Amino acid sequence: MPATLHRRAVVKALMQDPGDDLLVVAGLGQCTWDITAAGDRPQNMPLWGGMGGAAMVGLGLALAQPRKRVLVITGDGDMLMGLGSLATIAAQRPTNLAVIVLDNEKFGETGNQATHTAPATGAPTERGAGTDLAAVARGCGIADSAVIAHDSDVPQLAKDARTKPGPIFRTVKVMTEVLPQTMPPKDGAYLKDRFRHAVLGTA
Amino acid sequence: MSAAATDWREQIFETLKAHDIRQVYYVPDAGHSRLIELCQTSNAMRAIVLTTEEEAMAGTLGAWLGGEKSVTLMQSSGVGNCINMLGLSKTLRYPMLMLITMRGDFGEMNPWQNAMGQATPKVLEAAGCIVFSVERAEEVQPTVHAATNMAFEGNQAVAVLLRQKLIGAKSFGKD
Ligand SMILES: Cc1ncc(C[n+]2csc(CCOP(=O)(O)OP(=O)(O)O)c2C)c(N)n1
Repeated sequence: MPATLHRRAVVKALMQDPGDDLLVVAGLGQCTWDITAAGDRPQNMPLWGGMGGAAMVGLGLALAQPRKRVLVITGDGDMLMGLGSLATIAAQRPTNLAVIVLDNEKFGETGNQATHTAPATGAPTERGAGTDLAAVARGCGIADSAVIAHDSDVPQLAKDARTKPGPIFRTVKVMTEVLPQTMPPKDGAYLKDRFRHAVLGTA
Repeated sequence: MSAAATDWREQIFETLKAHDIRQVYYVPDAGHSRLIELCQTSNAMRAIVLTTEEEAMAGTLGAWLGGEKSVTLMQSSGVGNCINMLGLSKTLRYPMLMLITMRGDFGEMNPWQNAMGQATPKVLEAAGCIVFSVERAEEVQPTVHAATNMAFEGNQAVAVLLRQKLIGAKSFGKD
């Protein structure tokens, strides 16, 4: 069943009011462009590298800022590279952390090669293993893990991602689309200082 | 530092506590077992067990973004798991403190440790870390204290290698 959800619309729904104090970490690749298209803000930490690390950045942040909500928005390729971090997150049980994987079943940024989440059958360039990341997350100990595939489920997804006691994990099946690369600042030290200023009042 | 701590592992714990280190990332090594236990049972720290050492570099970034200090405890083979992630500190200029128990170093009896053990300081330096090396018990506390200051005052990756001359080599029944 081909995906019908548009990633940019999902991210817009997740981030809602750019003026609120939701803390957002985006995995490298398209998620970094997605959160920027939704509105660049200091409480965004868009990653340009460190593949496999987005969920762990979210964990360290969630533990350090227990009163703020932390949202990790990342790709299936990034999540697959850091699968073990789901078990690490489960062991810490951060109630303020939501990990959302925008699963296009592709390494989008590098030319749309199929990832392991693509169906196990199909042409050699299209096939993966049918890996179900929500099942992996549940198996790792994140009990509240689910797959979102329909437009009608997006409002509930946004509500859960922002308010439901965590840790929660969601795979959102999204289409493969050609979208403008809406780029945030590139300088890592600047992004880090900007974030700390907004959250801590000091760089 | 508490006056009671005479064992260097306990001195490390007291030093980390005095520096307000809140998150302790680790993949166990026998040389760190006492320190890990102290951190696990401390009210001031959260011990975070990892599936692979590279998780620590990303966790450390998140902690710093949220205003908390962290440390990573691992053995030298774990450094090999971290190479790409070690570079994050240079790119984002954030503190990354690592306490590394050495294997494949002085008198190692397991040859599978030697290649990565010998590469460990070179790999760390190549990624932009400052590297200190400790062979004597009385140097442990001052070195960890100095390394912690340099990491957090300098937004810098700093590693302390706890050498096998200090921790001893596992005998594998062949003393
Ligand atoms: C360690 C490492 N290996 C490979 C790459 C190359 N790379 C950059 S983005 C990317 C794909 C990311 O895929 P995914 O997380 O699914 O994001 P998408 O672009 O599909 O949104 C890859 C393989 C990299 N940057 N770092």
